[in-house]
Amino acid sequence: MSAILLIAEHRRNAVRPVTLELVSAALAVRGELGARVEVAIIGAQPDALAPALGLEGVDELLLVPAPTGEFQPECYATVAQALIAARRPRLVLIPHSVDGISYAPAVAATGGHGYASDVSALRCVGGAIVATRSAYREKVRVELDFPGRRTVVLTVRPGSFPAAGRAGGVPVTTLAPAGGPLNSEHRGYIEPEPGGDVDVSAAEFLVAVGRGIGDRETTEEVSKLAERMGATLACSRPIVDAGWLPKSRQIGQSGRTATNCKLYLALGISGAVQHLAGMKHVETVIAVNKDPDAAIFSVAKFGVVGDVAELVAELRALYP
Amino acid sequence: MRILVCVKQVLNLDDEFEMRGDGLDVDRDYCDRDLNEWDDYALEEALRIRERAGGDIEVVAATVGPEEAAAELRKCLAKGADRGVRVWDECLQDGDGMMIAHVLAAIVRREKPELVLTGVQGADHGEAQTGVALAALLGWPWAAVVRALELGADAGEALVRRELEGGLEECIRIRCPAVLTIQVGINTPRYASLRGITQAAGKPVDTPAFGELAIDGAAIAAARASRVRRMYVPPRPSPSMIEGDAAEQAAALAALIREIRGGPR
Ligand SMILES: Cc1cc2nc3c(=O)[nH]c(=O)nc-3n(C[C@H](O)[C@H](O)[C@H](O)COP(=O)(O)OP(=O)(O)OC[C@H]3O[C@@H](n4cnc5c(N)ncnc54)[C@H](O)[C@@H]3O)c2cc1C
Ligand SMILES: Nc1ncnc2c1ncn2[C@@H]1O[C@H](COP(=O)(O)O)[C@@H](O)[C@H]1O
Repeated sequence: MSAILLIAEHRRNAVRPVTLELVSAALAVRGELGARVEVAIIGAQPDALAPALGLEGVDELLLVPAPTGEFQPECYATVAQALIAARRPRLVLIPHSVDGISYAPAVAATGGHGYASDVSALRCVGGAIVATRSAYREKVRVELDFPGRRTVVLTVRPGSFPAAGRAGGVPVTTLAPAGGPLNSEHRGYIEPEPGGDVDVSAAEFLVAVGRGIGDRETTEEVSKLAERMGATLACSRPIVDAGWLPKSRQIGQSGRTATNCKLYLALGISGAVQHLAGMKHVETVIAVNKDPDAAIFSVAKFGVVGDVAELVAELRALYP
Repeated sequence: MRILVCVKQVLNLDDEFEMRGDGLDVDRDYCDRDLNEWDDYALEEALRIRERAGGDIEVVAATVGPEEAAAELRKCLAKGADRGVRVWDECLQDGDGMMIAHVLAAIVRREKPELVLTGVQGADHGEAQTGVALAALLGWPWAAVVRALELGADAGEALVRRELEGGLEECIRIRCPAVLTIQVGINTPRYASLRGITQAAGKPVDTPAFGELAIDGAAIAAARASRVRRMYVPPRPSPSMIEGDAAEQAAALAALIREIRGGPR
């Protein structure tokens, strides 16, 4: 019987939720591939994480003791390679997360496997794996296949599959420990800067500016406008990188999540996947963008196509 | 010491883009081209390492791309890269990222840099694979999503900060030579000066053929890790659009916000 191998992601002794989504992705093709679903846990004490991965649809948990509890990309790549050689899986699923993209390409390159990243849908066509991903800044989709590759390694876009439910009694196998030597070592974490008196995660109404806002002055204008509207100012990443707003205002994968938000006004934001990660769940998104094809419109309930600076000027007159 | 920066020309779709006849890609006539945003930061980081060291470091910008991609190398030269390398072969037409990584590995073997910087990802497709695949092909240490970098005095190791989810950062120490994939925000990229633009014209751009890199088309084609079956514009839920001129749109928007948030009309 063939296998689908999933590599669990964990940080600071906790399994990251995207791992549960990998299981659902595997279930989408398990039947057609006639495959068992095996989840590898690589870490200093993998048994401690095993209970969190007793999930419906998982046939076996593989524990691989590693020299360090923190993620180390060479270690993960080497273990994945060894598991592929031993278990000959048809499919290897890894999260498209910061750690996932830090080793998945190495696994594929070293082993000469099929590879696609940031995959959001998965199916089998005549026994062959077909993966779907986005391209050209989310404006088109691409279907990929992997002719001539027995094993296909995919990184899976977080949020694309539901989290698998819990199940008891999943068999656990402890494998030989991963070896060294490793060329990089963990030296600690740095916590994100506190946000001072603003907490964008708590706000119900966010007005968020993106690169389309154009300059610091218009950002200032929007800051005043947000205050008049009773909204909290937030932003996409380039605004932070430009130094116009502090990191604590950034929404998205490497920033904050708009957890409590009910209304999100996006001004000049394109809708990159890493931004959507922090806000696409919001009930009412209103997007303003000059590009009618911008990806942000796909998560918006209301849209305005036009120049954001002009619109801000008009809004300022309405909220004196 | 030599630092090699891998740079990619990315395509940006026009408002009215169209698919290519075979349905496997977009029609390139409907695209504008630019230097990948992440690579601008990677180049800047290399230039700063050179400036901090006060010389004796050569910064080489390398791209795998057709003639039109030379424009991005020229931008890098204008900002301060010492020279450029551009490699292209017909077999790369419609190639995939793994093929690109194999070509870059051949460039690295020839250039023998002590440090290779790439961007985290291309702004066009967000594949985020080339740098890490390249490191694995070279058998070099690597670190991905780097947002701070301090090279040790003898360049034998580096202290690096990786940016993780939620703004958390991880500090690591890594042996060099290494491949580092650079995250936006690590620095503030400079603009090219007028003088830089003039000087760029005189800087060398090498365009070695596959043979000179000791690779051949068949081997590179065999490295392909995926094939496009179909590219399409997905059906998308479209929002209700607020029409009119800016004043009308603003008035409608304000009314809508009042309706959603409650409060006086
Ligand atoms: C590991 C990683 C983590 C990341 N984390 C985050 C994150 O947490 N948050 C985040 O936001 N990004 C994040 N990014 C970056 C992300 O990929 C995008 O680059 C970023 O979200 C783009 O921001 P933007 O939409 O403001 O800019 P752009 O993508 O440049 O979009 C600007 C938009 O403004 C529109 N526009 C331009 N001019 C006007 C005008 N005059 N009027 C109206 N509209 C106009 C354009 O049509 C365009 O749609 C991350 C990337 C990586 C690789
Ligand atoms: N054709 C190319 N030529 C040179 N470098 C590239 C090329 N494609 C990708 N890269 C490098 O790899 C990084 C990640 O790109 P990607 O894997 O395509 O998302 C880019 O930021 C570049 O540094």
